[in-house]
Amino acid sequence: MSKSERPNQLFRNLNAKIASIPMVLTALVVFVGGTAWTVLYSFTNSKLLPRLNFVGLDQYYRLWATPRWLISIENLLIYGVISLVFSLVIGFLLAALLDQKIRFEDTFRTIFLYPFALSFIVTGLVWQWLLNPDFGVQGVVRSLGWTSFDFNPLYNSSIVIYGISIAALWQGTGLIMCLMLAGLRGIDEDIWKAARVDGIPMWKTYLFIIIPMMRPVFITTLVIIASGIVKVYDLVVAQTSGGPGIASEVPAKYVYDYMFFAQNLGQGFAASTMMLLSVMIVIVPWAYLEFGGRRRV
Amino acid sequence: MRYKLLTAAFAATVALNVAGPAAATDLEVTHWWTSGGEAAAVAELAKAFDATGNHWVDGAIAGSGGTARPIMISRITGGDPMGATQFNHGRQAEELVQAGLMRDLTDVATKGKWTEVVRPKSLLESCTIDGKIYCVPVNIHSWQWLWLSNEAFQKAGVPMPKDWNEFVAAAPALEKAGIVPLAVGGQAWQASGAFDVLLAAVGGTDAFLKVYKDKDAKFAAGPEIGKVFKAADDARKMAKNTNVQDWNQATNMVITGKAGGQIMGDWAQGEFQVAGKTAGKDYTCLPGLGLNEVIATGGDAFYFPLLKDADKAKAQEVLAETLLDPKTQVAFNLKKGSLPVRGDVDLNAANDCMKKGLAILAKGAVIPWTDQLLSQDSQKQKEDLFSEFFAKPDMTLEEAQKRFADIIASAD
Repeated sequence: MSKSERPNQLFRNLNAKIASIPMVLTALVVFVGGTAWTVLYSFTNSKLLPRLNFVGLDQYYRLWATPRWLISIENLLIYGVISLVFSLVIGFLLAALLDQKIRFEDTFRTIFLYPFALSFIVTGLVWQWLLNPDFGVQGVVRSLGWTSFDFNPLYNSSIVIYGISIAALWQGTGLIMCLMLAGLRGIDEDIWKAARVDGIPMWKTYLFIIIPMMRPVFITTLVIIASGIVKVYDLVVAQTSGGPGIASEVPAKYVYDYMFFAQNLGQGFAASTMMLLSVMIVIVPWAYLEFGGRRRV
Repeated sequence: MRYKLLTAAFAATVALNVAGPAAATDLEVTHWWTSGGEAAAVAELAKAFDATGNHWVDGAIAGSGGTARPIMISRITGGDPMGATQFNHGRQAEELVQAGLMRDLTDVATKGKWTEVVRPKSLLESCTIDGKIYCVPVNIHSWQWLWLSNEAFQKAGVPMPKDWNEFVAAAPALEKAGIVPLAVGGQAWQASGAFDVLLAAVGGTDAFLKVYKDKDAKFAAGPEIGKVFKAADDARKMAKNTNVQDWNQATNMVITGKAGGQIMGDWAQGEFQVAGKTAGKDYTCLPGLGLNEVIATGGDAFYFPLLKDADKAKAQEVLAETLLDPKTQVAFNLKKGSLPVRGDVDLNAANDCMKKGLAILAKGAVIPWTDQLLSQDSQKQKEDLFSEFFAKPDMTLEEAQKRFADIIASAD
């Protein structure tokens, strides 16, 4: 029986395969094709309109000599580390606290998840006002009497990226908390009982038993956070539009500005190719370990 | 289901486009004039065009030119051109013209004797590519203005400065009175524009042209431009407590007397007018910062994409003629606060500051503006540099000037 089925592998589930053809084509033409096109044109000196006039690596030399690009990369790294570490830690802590069978769990969950319902643009605008020195946190505390209180991250070049990270954490941590909570709920009650019988303290149970068991949840979370980091753009536009000066620029904004404002497609393509490359450097080894490894086992 | 919806949406847009041309020809005109005064000015153009028996379909795109231009360009390159569109005349639409997407207006121009009526000549020159005319300039906007708040200077107890140097000297007194001496908003183009104004005022017309027209990088690294950077450093120190983003918020600081002055183009005048302020009494304007009274001939122009529809092409010609009509010019520019592109129109209703501008224009003291001289790419690099320079007090003058010279060296 199995002998007759094997050669027909291609026609198994034919309906499903036909149904997925549009998506496969979209993925190939739009994603892969678009990416290849972008990489190809990043070696040209295209200005407003794409032109196949190759200039070798000129666009890349210029890119890496541009202070704004270097600042963008540095900001992305700081922002990335902060949002990765803090959203994981805060998200997990909140989830663990909510998991203690507390009262009004639903209410707390809703409150924590609520910011996620807002877009980055709205988040950025809200935090622009909250961090405004005259009207926001600093203004309120000063009006209460602490006149020397100083909290003005958005107008200070050296710490502005932290001001943006605060807004991002406020918006995104709720989602991470929910994912973690789902993961915690997936853990069998018996594990907890067994740990309690063995007299293992709660923090140790979390750290050495529960977290390792939650590996799939952590990986999903990691991918969600990481993709959010690389594409950060709207938050910066709404909150500081890259300012003060160019202190809070990010790579995605560089790409957009040079493609459309500066009418220099070649430069924008080169920058977006570098972004793709950085994503690949992170994703490829991980995918290899995650999927390649499992197949061998 | 999703695909059906999508097709339906496409069909709807197509149907809308087809439903357009009725008896009188509809012409869609895109622009980014959306603030109160600007919208009123555009309404004058629409009125004049409707009076010719055609119909002006308003395609205003909110946000600044930076937001609107990519939308306009993608519509033209994507095969959905509008009837006419605003650009700043100069090099913004250069590549669209070279790609053959724009309409040659030379016939209309010869018929209307544009070369004779449009002044200064550089306006039409920046519409001309390879001897053919591709756009209709509608106004002159100049950047070279220092707007001063009379109230702020009274409060600080110092006399009104007559030029930039006196203004810099008055800065400590203003600061002591709790007034920000110079308002510079956080948007990148404001810092970059302020520097260009300083370059023309402190460095002089020749220096300005040597840097931006001849792209002389060695000169840009030299001592004469060093002086300009010194002035920019003064401006940076005077502006350090501004803490606003948009240009009109910065203008508002001058209107309310929270700031001593602002370097901004003549469009700021509209804000003073809306606030009910009188030139000379509530605020003072110094063209060319009082040092070098010149006017840059930047401004707006209309470009006409190449259309297949013969009726619409005819309507484009009518619109081009209407835009330069003396009556339209006066009505439009009075509302806009800009200067007309024709020398033969009567502008009695103009206020003090506009009259100062007209007098300078009549003397012929004009320079081309960076929109006409530099590509958008070089402009953007310049913006990045100066927004960083103004926001970072510890950036040295030498470093800034070196980077400026590098940009000029690679500029096109």
